[in-house]
Amino acid sequence: MESEIAQITQHTGGVIGNAWLMIAFPLLGAFILLVFNRLTDRWGHLLGVAMSLASFVVAVLAFFELIGLGEAERRRAVHLYEFIPNLDINMGLLIDPLSISFALLITGVGSLIHIYSIGYMAHDEHRRRFFAYLNLFVAAMLLLVLADNYVGLFIGWEGVGLASYLLIGFWQFKPSAAVAAKKAFVVNRVGDLGLLVGMFVIFTTYQTLSFAELKPIEVENGTTLAIGLLLLLGACGKSAQLPLQSWLLDAMEGPTPVSALIHAATMVTAGVYLVVRSGAYFFPEGSGAALAVAIVGAATLLAGAIIGCAKDDIKKGLAGSTMSQIGYMMLGAGLGPAGYAFAIGHLITHGFFKADLFLGAGSVMHGMNDEVNMRKYGGLRKYMPLTFWTFFIGYLAIIGFPLLSGYFTKDGIIETAIEHNQVLGWLAVLGAGITGFYMSRMVFMTFFGQKRWAEDAHPHESPTVMTVPLIVLSIGAIFLGGYLVLSNRLLLFLAPAVGRPEELPTFHFVSVPGITTLALVAVGAGYAWVRYAQAEVPVVQPRGSFVTTFARRDLYGDALNESLLMRPGQWLTRIAVFFDNRGVDGLVNGLAAGIGGSSGRLRRIQTGFARTYALSIFIGAALLTGALLLVGTI
Amino acid sequence: MNSIPAPTIEYGTLAPLLVVFAAAVIGVLVEAFAPRYLRKAIHVPLTLLSLLGAFALVLVQVLRGRVSTTASAMGAVAVDGPALFIWGVILVLSFVCVLLINDEGHFVASAAAVPGSADEEEAESMSGGVGHTEVYPLVLFAVGGMLLFPASHDLLTMFVALEVMSLPLYLLCGLARRRRLLSQEASMKYFLLGAFSSAFFLYGTAMVYGYAGTVSLPGINQALAVGASLDPLLMIGLALLGVGLLFKIGAAPFQAWKPDVYQGAPTPITALMASGTLVAAVGAVLRVFWVGLGNLDWNWRPVIWVVAALTMVVGSVLAITQTEIKRMLAYSSIAHAGFLLVGVMATFATPEQNAVSLKAVLFYLAVYGFTTVGAFAIVTLVRDPGGEAGHLSRWAGLGKRAPVLAGVFAFFLLAFAGIPLTSGFFGKYAVFAAALNSGTQPGDSMGGWMAGLVVVGVVASAVAAFFYVRVIVLMFFSEPAADGPAIAVPTAGTVAVIALALLVTVGVGLYPESVLGVADDAASSLFIR
Repeated sequence: MESEIAQITQHTGGVIGNAWLMIAFPLLGAFILLVFNRLTDRWGHLLGVAMSLASFVVAVLAFFELIGLGEAERRRAVHLYEFIPNLDINMGLLIDPLSISFALLITGVGSLIHIYSIGYMAHDEHRRRFFAYLNLFVAAMLLLVLADNYVGLFIGWEGVGLASYLLIGFWQFKPSAAVAAKKAFVVNRVGDLGLLVGMFVIFTTYQTLSFAELKPIEVENGTTLAIGLLLLLGACGKSAQLPLQSWLLDAMEGPTPVSALIHAATMVTAGVYLVVRSGAYFFPEGSGAALAVAIVGAATLLAGAIIGCAKDDIKKGLAGSTMSQIGYMMLGAGLGPAGYAFAIGHLITHGFFKADLFLGAGSVMHGMNDEVNMRKYGGLRKYMPLTFWTFFIGYLAIIGFPLLSGYFTKDGIIETAIEHNQVLGWLAVLGAGITGFYMSRMVFMTFFGQKRWAEDAHPHESPTVMTVPLIVLSIGAIFLGGYLVLSNRLLLFLAPAVGRPEELPTFHFVSVPGITTLALVAVGAGYAWVRYAQAEVPVVQPRGSFVTTFARRDLYGDALNESLLMRPGQWLTRIAVFFDNRGVDGLVNGLAAGIGGSSGRLRRIQTGFARTYALSIFIGAALLTGALLLVGTI
Repeated sequence: MNSIPAPTIEYGTLAPLLVVFAAAVIGVLVEAFAPRYLRKAIHVPLTLLSLLGAFALVLVQVLRGRVSTTASAMGAVAVDGPALFIWGVILVLSFVCVLLINDEGHFVASAAAVPGSADEEEAESMSGGVGHTEVYPLVLFAVGGMLLFPASHDLLTMFVALEVMSLPLYLLCGLARRRRLLSQEASMKYFLLGAFSSAFFLYGTAMVYGYAGTVSLPGINQALAVGASLDPLLMIGLALLGVGLLFKIGAAPFQAWKPDVYQGAPTPITALMASGTLVAAVGAVLRVFWVGLGNLDWNWRPVIWVVAALTMVVGSVLAITQTEIKRMLAYSSIAHAGFLLVGVMATFATPEQNAVSLKAVLFYLAVYGFTTVGAFAIVTLVRDPGGEAGHLSRWAGLGKRAPVLAGVFAFFLLAFAGIPLTSGFFGKYAVFAAALNSGTQPGDSMGGWMAGLVVVGVVASAVAAFFYVRVIVLMFFSEPAADGPAIAVPTAGTVAVIALALLVTVGVGLYPESVLGVADDAASSLFIR
């Protein structure tokens, strides 16, 4: 069995003791920008960037303070205040290798995207509001990963959901954006319900929701399986895994920096965080719950890849790819401590190269009058060289080109998966091949081949404020993977928080799955070269086979949701309305009419004659006397 | 021969009462000797100052901690904590009502003249619109009676107080300047029915004396403790006493007079009856049942349970179909009498619980009185050419024509309905909570039935909310009529009345402790037994 995770100990003072500043900075930024509104229009974006950078600085300092501690002492809890005294729930932060990794990713990539947005949103009159929401998102996401209990995590979870809703619908004057925001919110509610019920079960079973007080388990029982599956449902909602994947593609209606930060690099990985964080408690290695996680991951990685093949919208293609890559992380998260390290590793490298790709796509759109259809791109590499090269590096990283980031982390997941479960492992290999195809298709359609531009398109390179983040991100996309995976750096760093496998994995540069993967990727990329770089790409989408249609329609995910959930739901509300109109209202109206009627009849007793009144007094007196005599005899 | 012992009278304790009666007597002398044009100028300061003075004397007793613990005037009057609280409330309310009475045009110049006759015109022109100035001493006598009524320590004193309170009111009801026939009819009905019920009260007193051999309330209670409590003489006497008291608070089935009288009487007098008289009568009910019949609660509480429930239901249900604003407020007053009876029911469990329940009733009385006076003050301002615009249809769209006035009235209505953030909410809450609590006390004679009564009360409140809100809807969401009623420019007195009522209704709604604390102090000493 794997070694136990380290004990959580209390911490005061130092940077870690003041880690709440990480959350406070962006929260303050959001507060100022939202409350002082128009007053901050001129410098609001700078404040937003400053707050995000301040948070990043705190995260870096906390990181160095943490690695200065002994390995067994790297799980530090910081008590903040009593939150719900009646239930003995306290609000506190947990600074450990896992949470600080996320904090660095969120604030680091988040800051880069803040900077990029200065340029991207320069012409939007609501830029200040945009930065307010971005800051709000960063604060909520940090609370999600830093909280030392499920309640704090849940508050952050809902906070990022809110920020995501606000940002997807940022251009709410577009009906499609408003609908997409609503869809994201509603689909996430399903997942959130799972998380919430899971928390209820945890609390009733263990009387605590604090990570420090929960005990790691070796063998699962019915209760932990139920909790695990409920938490998985929550993770599926937030991370767009099957069957709750449908909102992510529509979420691309938001501004591109949002897609990069929230719907690629950070928020959508919250599900992976939830599973890894709860791993020791509810997903022990080899358990049914862990297997469910791996199956969901494998299914989603294939589904996302297939969808990615058929999309002509560059952002939707990337969204499909995001689904797929998170599928890999989920698969890794279902494989125990060895898988955790690769899952988190892939999460971090993916945060870099996917943000790089999204921002690159944004840069392309910026130069092409916000055109998103790749059929109207082509041959752009000469016109925006910096964008092309950074995008190309991101592309190489995601398809797993040797020695780039994605190569190390994705291959790690695949090899670990094959060790644990041959079927899932080889499916992941197949997914990598498809990735090679659809990502190559994207690059070739955009940067190579014939110009298929609209007549008024004048492609140009983006301003420096946008290209610098691209360069920084692509550097991460090149080197980060190797740094984290070789000599098991990340695995050993995370071990106190998530546990250590019995045997440390060694990275094989030459192995059967590795070679197979590379071969499949090469085949996919070659086929894409023939289809989309050499051959003519039609500007109008061809009909395509039924498989293509299947993929274009997002594997009929929406149709499925509609027939399984929406229509029955509508019928349910109709029945409820009918019942309300006829039953409840009928009763209420009938009652009111009854009272009114009796009022009208009783009114006639009030004849206006003093003699009648006197009679009523007399009868009343008689009744009173009779009643008292009667009561006396009882 | 036995010599008659000289009665001892505690003048200090009884001073508030004596001041009011003395001022009333002086008022009569003014009527007799002062020239007509001077009378009002003398009456107004005399009346207001005497009420203020009496109130100051009440304050002095309370603040100096000189609340007496024994009965005064040879056991005839008990000026204890609750009585002083009730006195204070009645004095402030009647002061406020006198401010309303001061307004021109409410009272007829010659009540005896046939409506529409030449005599009437002549009297009208002679008085210069002032009307009967006898109103002031009459009000003072009525207020004196109201003070004595809840403080009486024996049944005979109480009967005298009842008559001193009622007779001036009968007269005052008939003095309305507009719609004189309605007013005279109201006066006549009130007199006949009041006399009828007084007879019941007196007969009941006689019966109880026959059983107990005394009319002193504590004496009766002692007799109950030792004697055969199932004596028919006692039961009949008890029932007849109850009729007299329940008539005064307007409990069903003795409520029939209320709508007719409230509608016919001049509105300032209606305000006085709906606030001062109700406070006094509920105080008397509390005293009789608690001091005189405390040992018999197993017998009378089930009967009062039925009366309370019936009163709440009848008041609320009948109010729904009323189309006249004063009649509607009269039915509302009946419903509130029912709610107060719920509180009265709650005062018979354990000594601690009694103090809590008594506090609730006292609190309710105080805050309800102010809201009522405020509501009637607004009624006096909405006028048609022929007098006040009584019919509800005339109030349509008032919110657009006089938003402040309509807004304040709406607020009073919400307080009647017991909506939170108004004093009415806390009044109802206190009474219902006390009733629920008392039912759970071990050995309480009603037990779970108290909860049942509260349920009836809550349902009645819900029904009542309908007709209150209906008026608000009418005022704010209907188009005003083209020839709608005129809003009279209020005099400073009326403005002060409405402002004070609003202040109490809002202030107590936001900070109930202010009045609750005083009620608590008053109730903690309980009635002198």
